[in-house]
Amino acid sequence: MLILTCPSCGVTGEETEFHAGGEAHIKRFGPGSDDDQFHSYLFAKENPKGVHFERWRHNNGCGKWFHAARDTMTLEVFGTYPAQTLEPPKQIRDKITAKHPGWKWREFS
Amino acid sequence: MSDAVSALNGATYNGFVTVTELGLRGMITLRGDLSSAGVKNAAIGVTGVDMPGQRQVHTVKESGLAWMSPDELLVMTPYAEVGDKLAQIDKLLKGKHYLAVNVSDARAMFRIEGAGVREVMAKLCPVDMAPDAFTPGVFRRTRMAQIPAAIWMPSDDAVQIICFRSVADYAFGLLKDAAEPGSEVGLFA
Amino acid sequence: MSTRLATGGRLLETGRAVNFTFNGKRLTGYEGDTLASALLANDQMLVGRSFKYHRPRGIVASGGEEPNALVGLGTGARFEPNQRATTTELFDGLTATSQNHWPSLEFDVGAVNSKLGRFLTAGFYYKTFISPRPFWKHIYEPIIRQSAGLGKAPKDRDEDKYEHFYAFVDVVIIGGGVAGLQAARAAGQAGAKVLLMEQTAHWGGRAPVDGGSVNGQPVDKFVDEIVSELETMDNVTLRTRMMGAGVYDHGYVLGYERVNDHQPDAPGPRHRLWRIRAGQIVTATGAIERPLSFAGNDIPGVMLASAVRDYAVNYGVSIGDRTVVVTNNDDAYLTAITLKNMGLDVPVILDARAGGGGALADQARDLGIRVENGKGIAKVLGGKRVSGVAVCAQAGEGAVVEEIECDAVAMSGGWSPVVHLWSHCGGKLIWDDAQAHFRPDVDKAPTGAQGEAFVAVAGTANGHLDLAAVLADADAVGKAAAKATGFNPKRKAAPVAEATQAAPVEAIWLMPQGAGINLRMKSWLDYQNDVKVSDVQLAAREGFESVEHAKRYTTLGMATDQGKLSNINGLAILSDALNQPIPQTGTTTFRPPYTPISLSAIAGQARGEIFQPIRKTPMHSWHQENGAHFEPVGQWRRPYCYLQSGESTKTAVHREITQTRNSLALLDASTLGKIIVKGPDAGKFLDMLYTNMMSTLKPGKCRYGLMCSENGFLMDDGVVARIDDDTFLCHTTTGGAESIHGHMEEWLQTEWWDWKVYTANVTEQYAQIAVVGPNARKVLEKLTQDDISADALAFMSFADITLAGIKARAYRISFSGELSYEIAVSASEGRALWDKLLEAGAEFDVTTYGTEGLHVMRAEKGFIMIGDETDGTVIPQDLNMQWAISKKKDDYLGKRAQERSHMTDPTRWKLVGLETTDGSVLPEGAYATAPGTNANGQRNTQGRVTSTYHSPTLGKGIAMALVLNGPDRMGETLEFPKVDGTVVTAKIVDPIFYDKDGEKQNV
Repeated sequence: MLILTCPSCGVTGEETEFHAGGEAHIKRFGPGSDDDQFHSYLFAKENPKGVHFERWRHNNGCGKWFHAARDTMTLEVFGTYPAQTLEPPKQIRDKITAKHPGWKWREFS
Repeated sequence: MSDAVSALNGATYNGFVTVTELGLRGMITLRGDLSSAGVKNAAIGVTGVDMPGQRQVHTVKESGLAWMSPDELLVMTPYAEVGDKLAQIDKLLKGKHYLAVNVSDARAMFRIEGAGVREVMAKLCPVDMAPDAFTPGVFRRTRMAQIPAAIWMPSDDAVQIICFRSVADYAFGLLKDAAEPGSEVGLFA
Repeated sequence: MSTRLATGGRLLETGRAVNFTFNGKRLTGYEGDTLASALLANDQMLVGRSFKYHRPRGIVASGGEEPNALVGLGTGARFEPNQRATTTELFDGLTATSQNHWPSLEFDVGAVNSKLGRFLTAGFYYKTFISPRPFWKHIYEPIIRQSAGLGKAPKDRDEDKYEHFYAFVDVVIIGGGVAGLQAARAAGQAGAKVLLMEQTAHWGGRAPVDGGSVNGQPVDKFVDEIVSELETMDNVTLRTRMMGAGVYDHGYVLGYERVNDHQPDAPGPRHRLWRIRAGQIVTATGAIERPLSFAGNDIPGVMLASAVRDYAVNYGVSIGDRTVVVTNNDDAYLTAITLKNMGLDVPVILDARAGGGGALADQARDLGIRVENGKGIAKVLGGKRVSGVAVCAQAGEGAVVEEIECDAVAMSGGWSPVVHLWSHCGGKLIWDDAQAHFRPDVDKAPTGAQGEAFVAVAGTANGHLDLAAVLADADAVGKAAAKATGFNPKRKAAPVAEATQAAPVEAIWLMPQGAGINLRMKSWLDYQNDVKVSDVQLAAREGFESVEHAKRYTTLGMATDQGKLSNINGLAILSDALNQPIPQTGTTTFRPPYTPISLSAIAGQARGEIFQPIRKTPMHSWHQENGAHFEPVGQWRRPYCYLQSGESTKTAVHREITQTRNSLALLDASTLGKIIVKGPDAGKFLDMLYTNMMSTLKPGKCRYGLMCSENGFLMDDGVVARIDDDTFLCHTTTGGAESIHGHMEEWLQTEWWDWKVYTANVTEQYAQIAVVGPNARKVLEKLTQDDISADALAFMSFADITLAGIKARAYRISFSGELSYEIAVSASEGRALWDKLLEAGAEFDVTTYGTEGLHVMRAEKGFIMIGDETDGTVIPQDLNMQWAISKKKDDYLGKRAQERSHMTDPTRWKLVGLETTDGSVLPEGAYATAPGTNANGQRNTQGRVTSTYHSPTLGKGIAMALVLNGPDRMGETLEFPKVDGTVVTAKIVDPIFYDKDGEKQNV
C-alpha cells in the first residue's frame, strides 16, 4: 500500500486516505474539436511500465487534487505537486532523469 | 432553537477512556484566500483566537479556528451564536470572494478523555498517534475506520473528533468498541 | 511410545496441570505446553489423516511449519478449523478435534485410497473426472468433497472481538530469536523507534534449545539479559505472540497479534492486526529444517530432528524410547546427543554423507552412539507407528543391509532460511550451493517510496547457521537499519559467540540416491497435500516444467502450510527430473500471510453494528418506531414504506400513494444532496456542469437540471435554486451528493482553477421534508404566518419562512405530481418539525410515505430516475429531454461527446411508457424481442424495461422503457418474454400517465 505526500496540506498518508484519478496533464478538447482530438482526449491514456504522471485526490483529508510522478514498476514516488499546473516541475523531472536517463512521457522528458 | 437536538443528544460511554458526544456546537465553513487580510480579520474577529497555520487548530473554550485546507477554515463557536457570527463574517467580507456557511447541524463532535486516548485513535485512524508525532495543536483530517473525520488533541489526555452527523452512531460505535476495557494496547503507556 | 519425561521442560510449569480434550478424550498437560507437546506427552501420536489417501499422520514439526497436526479448536461460536497444534498454547478447557477422517481417526474408511495410490497420481482428478462433463458437478465433485479436504467451516457466528492498530516506527524487526534481539538492541541503542515482534510466547528462538555460549555465558542467560535490557528502553517495543504476516509496498507490515488465544476468557480482543508503517524492516525469521525423502517418511513417529529436540528440551517429551537419527548435516547430531544425555536410546545415527560429520559427530561417538556414514533409510517399518527402519547405502538403490528396531525417527535434510517476508515485496533470492538452500540476495532488496531498500535480513534467515555469525550479522544489520532511518549507531562491539566446527551439509534430495519407483511412491514431499517424489517426477514427464505449473498440477506446496517443509525438496526433485540446476527452476512466489491469519482479524472491528457506516437522517428513529421497512440507498437507510399492522409492503405502498394523491403525506427527503456553489463565476460554472442554462435563473427561483459526464452520459439530476446573485444551491440525487461535490471540485481544481467559485457540501446541514398532496398548503398555513399562497410562493420558486417557530426554507417543487413543498430546516430541528407536521396534519389524515411510493408516483408522472432510466450508457436525448439541453451554450460537460456519431444515431433506443395489455406488472429489466436471432443464436431485441410498477392510481401495471424508434410507435404492442417462458405483451404509450398538463402540482 503506497504512501503519498499531499502537497496541499503536507500530510504524508497511506493510500486509503487518497483516491486515484487517472492520468495527469490531460488537455481538454470540447466542442469544435475533431473526432481524433476528442477521442484521444477522452480515451487514449498512457499506461507505461515505468515513469508515469497521475492525478490523486486527498479525499479523506484536505480534499485537494494533486499530481504524483511515480514509477509504476518499482512504485518509487519521484514527487507530488499541486494540480494547478500544466507541466511537471523541473525539480521532479530532474529527479526522474537521474533515475531514468532519457525518459519520455507524452511531451515531457 | 429550543427544539434543536444533536445527533446523539450527548450520549456517553465509559471504557478505558470516556467517550462523550458533545451536543450542539457551532461550526462555520469559511472558504477564501486565507492569506488575505479580510479573511484573517473575519476569522480572528469572530473567534478571538489566532489564525492557525497549516494543519493546526487554535481553540478557547467552544470557540476556535481549524485549518481545513489551503482555502478553508473551520470556524467554531457556541451553537447559539452561529447566526450572529455568520452575519458578522458576511459583513466583514462583503464584496470579497468567499463562502461562509453554517455546518453546525451537519456534523457531530465527540470528545474522548483518559490516558489511553492515543491508543483508541490509533485503532481507528491511519495516523501516527505517538506523543512525539501528534501533539496538542495539530489538526488532522483523516479516515476513521470507514468514514472521514477530523481530530485534534485539546490536551495530552483528550481527543476531539468531528464527523458527519449522519454517521454519528457509527462513529460512537467505533469509539466505544476501541475503548472497551481489556483492549488496551499499552503502546503509548 | 511418546511420553513425558520426569526431567520437566524448559517452558513447562509442571506444578500447574491443565485439562483439555482431544476427540472427546480427557487429557492433561501442563501450563507452558503447546497442544502438540501435550498430545505427545499423552502418547497421542496419530493426529490426523492425510488429504487424499487418508494415511495416518503424526506431528512432524514443533512450529508454524507443521503440515499434519491441524485440528478443529473450540466449539460453537468459538469453533475454528485447521489450527496447528504446534502453535496452539494449551489452556484449561481447550477442546480439539481431529479432521479429515470418517468414521474415526483410528479407523478411517477413506484409507482405502492409500491402496489405490498407484492410480491417484498427480493430475489424477483432472485426467479422470473431466468426462463425461455433467458427471463432474453431480457425481465426482460431491464425492471428492466428502472424501478429501481439511476442516469443516464453522457454522456459528464468531463471538470474539477483533481490532486493528496503526503503528509507525523507524525499524520493525520480525522474529525474536537471538538475531532479532541483537538487531533490536543495536537499532534501539542508536535511538531508533523499534518494534520487535515474536510469533511465539517466548524470546530467543531456537538458541536456548540448541545451546552454545555468548560472551562466555550460556545462550539462554544471554537471551534473558538482552530481553531485560530491551524492556528498559523507551524507544523499543517488544511484543510476543505477534507474527509478521506480510511485508508490503512502502514499508507496510502486517503484524498478527494473538492476544487472547491462550486465555480465551480474558477481556479484550482475541486477535489484533497491527498495520505498521516502518522505515526499515528487518526479517530475523530464522530457518526451517527440511525433511528427507525416504520411503515411509510420513509414518507417525518420523519427525524433524529439531522438533524431536524441541519437544525433549522445551516440554520434557520424548517421541520414542529408541530414536534413529538420519541426516545430511551436523545439526541433527545435537538431537542425538540431547536424547542420549536424557537417558534415551539412540540406536544409530545414519549420516548420508560419505565423509560424515564434524565436531558434533565426534561428541556423539564419545557418548557411545553408533554412527554410520554414507548410510540412509531404505524404508520406515510400521503402519500407524514407526516400528523400525531398514538401513541401506545412500549411494545405492535401497538394498537393505540391516533392520533396526526403533519407535521414532529424527530426520534432518538441512536448513532453509525463512525468506517469505523478504520475498513478499520482491526481495530476490540466491541459491547457496555450499549450504544447499536459497537465501536472500541482500543486494536485491525490495525498494520503497524513495527508491531505497527497505527490507533487510539478519541472522539465520540470512543464511548464517552458526551462532557466532548470526550475532555478528544481526548486530551489523540492526545498526544499518538505524542508520538508514537517520540515526547514528553506537560503536559497540557485537556479542561474541563460540564458533562451531561443522562439516558441510550435503544435498540429499532422495534417499537412497537410486530409489526405485516402489520406494519413490512412498517418499512423501508434501505431507499435507499427499504429494510424493514420484508425483513431481510424473509432472515433469508430462511437461509441467515451470515450478508454478508443477505446483498446481501436483498440489505440492498448496493449502495452509504453503509448502514450508516441502517446497525446496520438491523443486530439487523437479530440477533433477528436468536435468537443470535448482536456481534455474527457481521457487514459487511467496505470498502473504506467512501462516494463515484469521479472517476476523482482517475484518477487525468491522462487524456487527459497526460493520459499515449506516447513514441516518434526523428522523431515523421516528421511522424505526413507526414500522419503517428500510432499504439501503448508498449508505443511507431510507424507509421503503411504513408497515401498519397486517400490511404487506405492497398494500402499504398502495395505501401511502392513495393517501398522498387524495389528501396529505410527508416524505423524509433529507438524504437529497445539497451543494452550495458561490462566487462571481458560479453561474458560468453551473452552465458548464448542467446541460441547461443556469446563469439566467432568477434569485428566488428553481430550475430542474441535468448533469452529464464528459463522455456525454447522464449522471445526475436535481433542482437548482438561486439564492442570490452569487449563490446557488444545487440539489443532487441521494447517492450523488458526495460524488457530485467531488465532480465539481475536480473541475474547479484541475481545469478551471482561475474561476472564482467556492463549493460546500451542506447535505447534512438540513433536514428536508416533502409535504405533499392536495392539502399540503392547508397544513403549512396552520403552522406559519408567512404568505405561501400560489401567488406569493409559485411553483418552482422558494421562500424563507417560519414554520411552527422554526426557521425554514420552502421550495415549491414536486416529484410526485401533487401540490408539494419541500421544507428545509436545520438538521437539529428536523425531528421537531416532522412531529409538528404530523400533529397538524392529523385532521387531513396525514400519512408518511417511503421510497417505493416516491418511485411509483414519479413513474406515474413520467419523471426519470437516475439509476433506473440511466445506467451510464444513456444520454438525455435518449430520454427525450432535449428541452433540458440549452442550445444557446457553446459548451457544457458532455456536449462534445453527444455530437459523436454513435450518440446521434437515430436508432438509439428512446424512452416511452408501457402499459401491459393484461394489467400485470412487467418484470424489471425485461427485454422486448424482435424477429430473428443474432449471430449467437439469441433472440434479437428492440427495447428494455427501465422501471416497472403497479400503479395504484391507474389500477394497472405501468412501465418506462427504452425502445427502438419508440416515440414514433405509439400504440404498438411489444412482447416481453419472462423467465418462466411465458410472454407479456405491452402497448407503447406516452410515459406521462398521470396529470399530463401538471394541473395538480401547479395550484
